[in-house]
Amino acid sequence: MAEMKAKGENPDYLFWVGCAGAFDKRYQKVTRAFATILNAANVSYAVLGTEETCTGDPAKRAGNEMLFQMQAMQVIEMLNSYEVKKVICTCPHCFNIIKNEYPELGGKYEVIHYSEFLHQLLEDGVIKVKQGAFENKRITYHDPCYLGRGNGIYEAPRKVIKAFNVDYTELKRAKSFALCCGAGGAQMFKEAEKGDKEVFEERTGDVLESGADIVATACPFCMTMLSDGIKYANKEEKVINMDLAELIEQHLET
Amino acid sequence: MEQIVFILILLLTLGIFSRSLLILKAKFDMTQSFAFDGQILNRIKLTAKVALGQTKILRKPFIGLMHALVFWGFMVITIGSVEMVIDGIFGWHRSFGSWGKVYDIISASGDVFAYIVLSGILIFLVRRLTMHIARFAGKEITKNNKVDANIALSFILLLMVSLIGLNVYEVVLYQEEAIGFYPVSTSLADMINSAHPIVMYKIFWWMHILLIFFFANYLPYSKHFHVFMSLPNVFFSKLTPLTFFPALDAVTQEVKIMMSDNPYAADNQNEISRFGVKDVDDVTWKNYMDALTCTQCGRCTEVCPASITGKQLSPRKIFVDLRRRMDEKHKLKTDDNALVGSYITHEELWACTTCNACAQECPLNISHPNLILDMRRYLVLEEGQAPEELNAMFANIENNGAPWKYSSEDRLKWTEA
Repeated sequence: MAEMKAKGENPDYLFWVGCAGAFDKRYQKVTRAFATILNAANVSYAVLGTEETCTGDPAKRAGNEMLFQMQAMQVIEMLNSYEVKKVICTCPHCFNIIKNEYPELGGKYEVIHYSEFLHQLLEDGVIKVKQGAFENKRITYHDPCYLGRGNGIYEAPRKVIKAFNVDYTELKRAKSFALCCGAGGAQMFKEAEKGDKEVFEERTGDVLESGADIVATACPFCMTMLSDGIKYANKEEKVINMDLAELIEQHLET
Repeated sequence: MEQIVFILILLLTLGIFSRSLLILKAKFDMTQSFAFDGQILNRIKLTAKVALGQTKILRKPFIGLMHALVFWGFMVITIGSVEMVIDGIFGWHRSFGSWGKVYDIISASGDVFAYIVLSGILIFLVRRLTMHIARFAGKEITKNNKVDANIALSFILLLMVSLIGLNVYEVVLYQEEAIGFYPVSTSLADMINSAHPIVMYKIFWWMHILLIFFFANYLPYSKHFHVFMSLPNVFFSKLTPLTFFPALDAVTQEVKIMMSDNPYAADNQNEISRFGVKDVDDVTWKNYMDALTCTQCGRCTEVCPASITGKQLSPRKIFVDLRRRMDEKHKLKTDDNALVGSYITHEELWACTTCNACAQECPLNISHPNLILDMRRYLVLEEGQAPEELNAMFANIENNGAPWKYSSEDRLKWTEA
């Protein structure tokens, strides 16, 4: 972003990468896949790079309002100084907080989840996917809480998957009935409280029951949880977890 | 004579009810203000959809429909109850009968609904008494709560029996001259051969009105108070996305001062009693209204990922505890107990994933996660009592701008592989 601004360029979109997008080994691949799609579609965008910092979401969800607001004000000040108008997030937690909770602190932007953006690119024919990529594969989708129940985005991710002619199947708890992966509310950063089992095991059970070969996710934390769940259940041979951006990027028609 | 007796009983009923309302007001007075954002028209729409339209309870189609029918039935039948009070005061008979055709429609639907409600209540009672419905149990549901549920259902059962009796004997008594139209009861009336229909009519009339008076005064102490609270509670519920959690204004002021050029100007800021929620006097009146609205159906706990996987958290318990603690604090005034600690443990609060499945499922739009987060705010901002790993996460955000221990210098590493 700083470089583009220095050259006097005004990118249309800020791609908010997020902490998992930047640091999580597995999710870095998703960031790359999405950036590849943005490049293929000739989208004018920038990232904040080393200037990006935490939105404050995990702090807020863990009750640390002070830290959250300090982070938020810092981010808002930076975005406003770069005159950012539109923000694309891959992470639904970043998406939710910038979209819904920054406005009351002075940060007002058009915030777009990448599942909506991908859907739009496909619908407008800006990008095309190779058909037959998932022949004889059954695909299912796990709704991230902060995307689905939180912000009512259920259809865009499904339509992205259905851009392929696939055997699509719903999990038994889907859309507004979807079960959490267990990572939200800052759970990602701590051990779970004592119980009979982990939430991700319960959710992975739904995935295995669906008989899907691929479970698509649209959230870095859901990805960690479900990948762990599949590993735990020793079903890595049977089902793989892929992000929406990876599904598209690996089969882009160029 | 009958009129005087009626008026005296009515006054007694209203007196006791007013006393209950005063007690409730005292409890509401202990709570904090609630940021109301207006949007009246949208709120009316929401109330029409969720409360009157019963859209959320219908997420469980069969039992939801039974409830919706009972609810809609009550809306119609209540008109008849108002009429009975007026009749009782003035010694009239079916005074709304002057409405003509409209009265025929109201009385006919009221009559049909009486049988539907009766069937619904019988189903609910059978479910509660003979079937094991997992969500009706839980550590927050005591024997008293179960008795309360069955008492409320029995009241309604008797209300419907007396109403049906009333309708049947209206027809038996007045035949063609009966005021109103009673499609189901008319066919029942044909089978009745009563020597003293007027006595039977009077018995059912008094039975019905006395049940209403008793029930009204029972409700403020029952979970079934939701019949009064449900509409206002939905009206005042969140219009924002479920995952929206408002910022703490008091913190905003402090952060702004800290980030300003003159951080020492902080001295004359308004004093805030407490960050977050520790006890019932920290909650907003809307939180307390949520607690009075909760009818302990357990739809929230049934879908809670923490609860499903055997953790201590039960979203329903948060509001059951809030109501109990309010009763206790109102009685004792000062004591060493608090909602957080004595009722709700830290372990419960930290188990929430804020997934909002509970809030999504609540038929009356109670917001559990926001209250849980407010209690976490108290634990962190006032007590510094977060789990160790979360303190480490806070430190990482403060030092590296990420919840993990990675340097912001590495934020572009993803471009390299």
